[in-house]
Amino acid sequence: MSLLDYFKKRSNTANTVKNRLEIIIAHDRAVSRGQPSYLPALQQELLEVIQKYIAVGQDAISVNLEQNDNQEILELNIALPDETKKQEPKIPVKLKKSRRNKKR
Amino acid sequence: MTRIIVITSGKGGVGKTTTSASIAMGLAKKGHKTAVIDFDVGLRNLDLIMGCERRVVYDFVNVINGEATLNQALIKDKRCENLYILPASQTRDKDALSFEGVGKVLAELKKDFDYIVCDSPAGIETGANMAMYYADDAFVVTNPEISSVRDSDRMLGILSSKSLRAQKGKEPIKEYLLLSRYSPSRVKLGDMLSVDDVQEILSLHLLGVIPESLDVLNASNSGVPIILDEKSSVGQAYTDIVARYLGEEKVHRFIEEERKGLFGRLFGG
Repeated sequence: MSLLDYFKKRSNTANTVKNRLEIIIAHDRAVSRGQPSYLPALQQELLEVIQKYIAVGQDAISVNLEQNDNQEILELNIALPDETKKQEPKIPVKLKKSRRNKKR
Repeated sequence: MTRIIVITSGKGGVGKTTTSASIAMGLAKKGHKTAVIDFDVGLRNLDLIMGCERRVVYDFVNVINGEATLNQALIKDKRCENLYILPASQTRDKDALSFEGVGKVLAELKKDFDYIVCDSPAGIETGANMAMYYADDAFVVTNPEISSVRDSDRMLGILSSKSLRAQKGKEPIKEYLLLSRYSPSRVKLGDMLSVDDVQEILSLHLLGVIPESLDVLNASNSGVPIILDEKSSVGQAYTDIVARYLGEEKVHRFIEEERKGLFGRLFGG
């Protein structure tokens, strides 16, 4: 470090990066290691329920379990279709089909 | 008992091959018969870092396919009689490796060698999986930088779930952290993660800190593993790392900024 450095503005991005890493790694671990085995099944069932009422695709829903220090957060994300799509006649037909499939 | 060491990281460009060359050379110089294998099929580089690229005749894939014997493919290092290099194939693709084939070659090497150092390719695909599958120890090479730390954590997850030891329910792979390209002055300024930060995030046993240095480029330019450059801080760092791995007590160095004279402090350098 030279004399000039003493006059430079200290950025301290090291703290920022540490915080970002702690969050993203906790998330990664929950997904790849600690994800409870019921999550995929839960996601599928929730999707089926939602599809009864709204025409959404197979990837419209995401379920995440996050672990913080002393609490677990179950995060549920559902992407609803926009208005134009809802009015397309094809989708309800598809929906019926898929419902029938599931009953079998 | 032979130990199989994988040098891994997930991310590319963090210093896996540099580390593989130096760790293998260091173990061999300590009197242990050591083989170092390049698992980066299609992107062979270890031979260049070791300075034996013109002596490659047969490679790892030739041995797996029975086109050459192990003895034909192993290149004996000219600087250390205990060290042998098994180069990767430059012309095949990574699917030329199979768990069975790799396992056979490693089993044969185990008869003769004390340490087998596996230089893993970047990524988490075939080559990287093959390199870590049979490992007893893993050296996780990490830079104090966001993507490298994240990828290292991902690799740790793979080591603990997809390795042979994990699948057979044996004692898990011993994992060590090698923090490379470390710059104490930048840590002091607050724009680089510190050793403690990285250790806290990855919770790994620290084997050593390797400082950022221009010496590494010079060493690879001339095909000499940096550990042989005794004047270089990087060479000394690797010597310490090998000693610590073999159970010697060594105080960690290169974590604090080097003390400079008045001239250096005023004008930098």
